[in-house]
Amino acid sequence: MELKRTPIYAEHAAAKAKLIDFGGWEMPVQYAGVIEEHQTVRTKAGLFDVSHMGEIDVRGPQALELVNHWITNDVNRIADGQILYSPMCYPNGGIVDDLLVYRYSPEHIYLVVNASNTDKDFAWMQEQAQGFNAELHNVSPETAQLALQGPLAEKILQKLTNVDLSAIKYYWFRHGQIAGVECLISRTGYTGEDGFEFYFAPEKAAELWRKVLEAGKPEGIQPIGLGARDTLRFEARLPLYGNELGPEISPLEAGLGIFVKLNKPEFNGKEALAKQKEAGLSRKLVGLEMIERGIARSHYPIQKDGQDIGFVTSGSYSPTLNKNIALGLIQSDLAVLGEEMDIMIRNKPVKAKVIPTPFYKRAGV
Amino acid sequence: MNPKDLKYSKDHDWARVEGNVVTLGITDHAQESLGDVVFVEIPAVGATVTAGQSYGTVESVKAVSDIVAAVSGKVIAVNEAIIDAPDTLNQDPYGAGWLVRVEATDQSAMDAMMNAEEYDAYLAAEGDH
Repeated sequence: MELKRTPIYAEHAAAKAKLIDFGGWEMPVQYAGVIEEHQTVRTKAGLFDVSHMGEIDVRGPQALELVNHWITNDVNRIADGQILYSPMCYPNGGIVDDLLVYRYSPEHIYLVVNASNTDKDFAWMQEQAQGFNAELHNVSPETAQLALQGPLAEKILQKLTNVDLSAIKYYWFRHGQIAGVECLISRTGYTGEDGFEFYFAPEKAAELWRKVLEAGKPEGIQPIGLGARDTLRFEARLPLYGNELGPEISPLEAGLGIFVKLNKPEFNGKEALAKQKEAGLSRKLVGLEMIERGIARSHYPIQKDGQDIGFVTSGSYSPTLNKNIALGLIQSDLAVLGEEMDIMIRNKPVKAKVIPTPFYKRAGV
Repeated sequence: MNPKDLKYSKDHDWARVEGNVVTLGITDHAQESLGDVVFVEIPAVGATVTAGQSYGTVESVKAVSDIVAAVSGKVIAVNEAIIDAPDTLNQDPYGAGWLVRVEATDQSAMDAMMNAEEYDAYLAAEGDH
């Protein structure tokens, strides 16, 4: 199958970024190097091409009710102009995807979903839209997206817009021009840093990419690949679909209970999740730090006294902590701070212990 | 760029022969493809390695790569410094980034390895895909 490319592909290729197949998209995994890019986002600012992400527009008198039927969080809890993070579940409580919900009004909601899940999500939403007076459109092909993340993100982006960015609070959005391009601007991100994500028509994508990089030069901006995007989100314990989330994992097990509003009248998965909560969770997601030498990787088994107790969902060297850490889904009774267990690395037990998460939290939050 | 005095494998491992002592490492292309190396696992002195088989791993932030022995024999020295500073592999793969020295009991597998010129051609051809 031919790989899909974002409208900024030519810029990545010209910059000699290392390109990989990411869920059917030919995307930059790194430019200068994962660790350097990671540190740039933690200390300065980095620009990400995330145009592969999916966007779905829902409109109609029952748009809010429909979205609330799909997701576990509650769109009634936010105001117009505000954003909500939510898992979306199957009736059995397994996760279809996790998404951002932009509330324009109760009649107009805009959803941002994972790139590789866009088609699956859209089909699921259509199937689950019967009887609601609302229409949904997959607007992903008409939408480009950039993310500018890091402590200097606001300073850099403010040079290119008349919109008062300091007035946009965390998880709020508004419309305005950036470098003359009409954008949806939101204060959101997937790195654990302050920053913005902006959505716009793909025709101007390459130009906007260049202009933001140019504007951020004095601040030391760098383009960032998916490699650092993963280590950044991982340190901040932001879940990744396919690792921490999936059809076999419930949002309660994944530690996303605060995004599951069981007091909502109705939503897909409500009964199953209520039952699971009442019975008590059999497994939980925990943070792990390697005690012995080794790097835990996704899907490595976790054992205690030779018995399987779970598996690693994400694992990596942490550039910020300079330690090897992991997230693992394990038996609840062993999900206790300080508990020691073995990560099976190439069939050899390597000691690790449970530590608090998130592994990284930015100052002042 | 790839030193003339080394032999190279299709898996991007290199070997330097000095009598019956063979030094092993990974090539510049290998470190470049891996990206930032953050973990190296190599056998202890006294361990035996077998030609064509994995004798350890090199891990970058995103990838795990087996390292393959060019010869069979006994490990007589290991680069301890690289365990604490794995990024040395990125900076100097043919010098300070060496991995182990082996007292070879069988060097026959090296006959199938490439010289620098052949390896350069191999890389160029690989890049065309």
